[in-house]
Amino acid sequence: MTPAIAVSHLVRTYNGLTAVDDLSLEIPAGELFGFLGPNGAGKTTTINILCTLLAPDSGSAHVAGFDCLAQSREVRRAIGIIFQDPSLDERLTAWENLEFHGMIYHLPKLLRRQRMEEVLRLVALWERRHDIVKTFSGGMKRRLEVARGLMHEPRVLFLDEPTIGLDPQTRCRIWEAIERIRSERRTTLFMTTHSMEEATRCDRVAILDHGKLLVLDRPQALIARQGARNLEEVFLNLTGRGLRDEAASENEMLRTRVRRLKRWR
Amino acid sequence: MTNFLDFSALGMIWKRDLIRLSRDRAQIAGSLARPILWLVILGLGMGSSVSGFGSGRYVEYLFPGIIALNLLFASFLSAISIIWDREFGFLKEMLVAPIPRASIALGKAASGATVSTLQGCLVLLFIPVVGVSVSWARVALALPFMFLIAFAMTSLGLLVAARMTSFEGFGTIANFVIMPMFFVSGAVFPLDRAPRWLSILSKVNPMTYAVEGLRGLMRGGVSWGFLLDLTVLALFALLAVRLAVWAFSRRM
Repeated sequence: MTPAIAVSHLVRTYNGLTAVDDLSLEIPAGELFGFLGPNGAGKTTTINILCTLLAPDSGSAHVAGFDCLAQSREVRRAIGIIFQDPSLDERLTAWENLEFHGMIYHLPKLLRRQRMEEVLRLVALWERRHDIVKTFSGGMKRRLEVARGLMHEPRVLFLDEPTIGLDPQTRCRIWEAIERIRSERRTTLFMTTHSMEEATRCDRVAILDHGKLLVLDRPQALIARQGARNLEEVFLNLTGRGLRDEAASENEMLRTRVRRLKRWR
Repeated sequence: MTNFLDFSALGMIWKRDLIRLSRDRAQIAGSLARPILWLVILGLGMGSSVSGFGSGRYVEYLFPGIIALNLLFASFLSAISIIWDREFGFLKEMLVAPIPRASIALGKAASGATVSTLQGCLVLLFIPVVGVSVSWARVALALPFMFLIAFAMTSLGLLVAARMTSFEGFGTIANFVIMPMFFVSGAVFPLDRAPRWLSILSKVNPMTYAVEGLRGLMRGGVSWGFLLDLTVLALFALLAVRLAVWAFSRRM
C-alpha cells in the first residue's frame, strides 16, 4: 500500500538558513502522526512543502501517492489543512465560510449542505452558524477552522498546532472531532503540537530540531529507550533546555504593523 | 481552458467580495464622497469662472470624467483585497484548494470590476444635483463600457498587488498610478491645446480612451471615434488580465 506521506531527503533553505535539512519520513495511511520540535525547528516549513505552498530546494515529497511539485492539484484534492495562523474570512458568517470552502472543493449542493450541518454540529457551532465570525471568541474561531478542514473529508489532514491557546473545553472538543474522523474514515493525521500530553496520544512521533530529524518512534518506545518519565523529558533531553527565537515570518511582521496602523487611525 | 476556468470557484470568489462590500459602509461612503468633491465643488465652482468647453457648461464636460475617476479609484484599489486576504490568512485557504491559480485572479478581477461598476453608478445619482442633461437611454448604453473600464483597471491593480505584502506600499504605488492616469486623460481639462509632450502622454494612457469613450457615449452616442476607444480599451483589458493571471500563477 502506498504510504499517505513519503518524504525523502527534503531540503529547504531561507536566506542561507537551512529550515529543513535532509528530512526523510514515511507515514502509513490511517496513522495519527505527531510532528514535534522547538519553535523554528522547521515544522511549518515542512507542512507548507507537503501542502504545495512551498517548493523544496531538493529532495522529494509525496502525499497520497502524488508528487507535491509535479502533481500539486492532485495533492490539493486529497488534503485538508488547519493552519497555525487564522485563515477565516471574519466578515462572513460561519455558514458563508463553509459554503465558500464547499464550493472551492467542488462538493455538490446537497452533499455540501449535509456536510456543513454535520461539521457545525460536531464542533457545536450549529446554533451560531449565521453569526459573523468577527463576533466569535478565539476558541469558536478555532473550532470553525477545524470544522472547515474536515468538511471535504480529506484523506490526509494536516493540523498545525490545532489546540494552541485554547481552553480545556475547546481542546477536548477538538480532540473528540479528531478521534471521530479517525475511527470513522481512517483519515491520516499529521499534527504539530507543543503539548507533550497531546503528543503522547499519537501513534508515532517525530522530534525535529534545526531542520533535522532526531528520532521517530512510538511515544512509549521513546520514553522507554531514553529511560525517561514522560515524553516531555525525552523532548528536553534531545533538544536541550536553551530558549529558541523564532524568526518572525513576513506575515507576522506585517500583522503587527497593521495593528499599529489601526490604533493610530 | 480547464487550467483557467473553474466556474464554481470563480463564482464563489465573486460572490464573497459582493457580500463583503454589502457589509462595508465606509467603502460605499467613500465612493459617494469622491463625486461630491470633484463634481459639486470643482465642477460647479470652477465651472462658473471658466468658459470655452464647447457648447455645454464645464460640469457637462467634467461629468463623464468623474464617472471614470470613480471607476479608476474603486477598481485599482479593489485589488487591495488580495493583500488583505494574504494578511488575514484567507488567501492560503484559496491557495491550498484544488482550483487553478488563474481562477483566483479571474474571480478577483470579476468581483473588483462588478463592485467598481456599482461605485461608478453612484456618480449617476448626482445627475439631478449638478443639472447635467443626459438621457437614461445613454446611461444604459454606457454601463457595459463602464464595466470594461472597471475590469481593465482592476486587472492592472491585481498585477501590482499580486506579489505585494504591504498596504502602505500598495497605497503609495496606487497614488503614483491613479493620479497621473486621471490628470492626463482629458477628464478635467481638454488636451487639444495642451503642450505636445502632454498630448503624447495622453495618447499612451488607456484612461484617455476610457474618458473619451464615456464622453462620446453620454453626449453623442456611438461613432467611429468610439469604436477606436473601445478597441484600445478592450486590448488593454486583455493584456492587463493576462499579466495579472501570469503574476498569480507563479508560486507565491
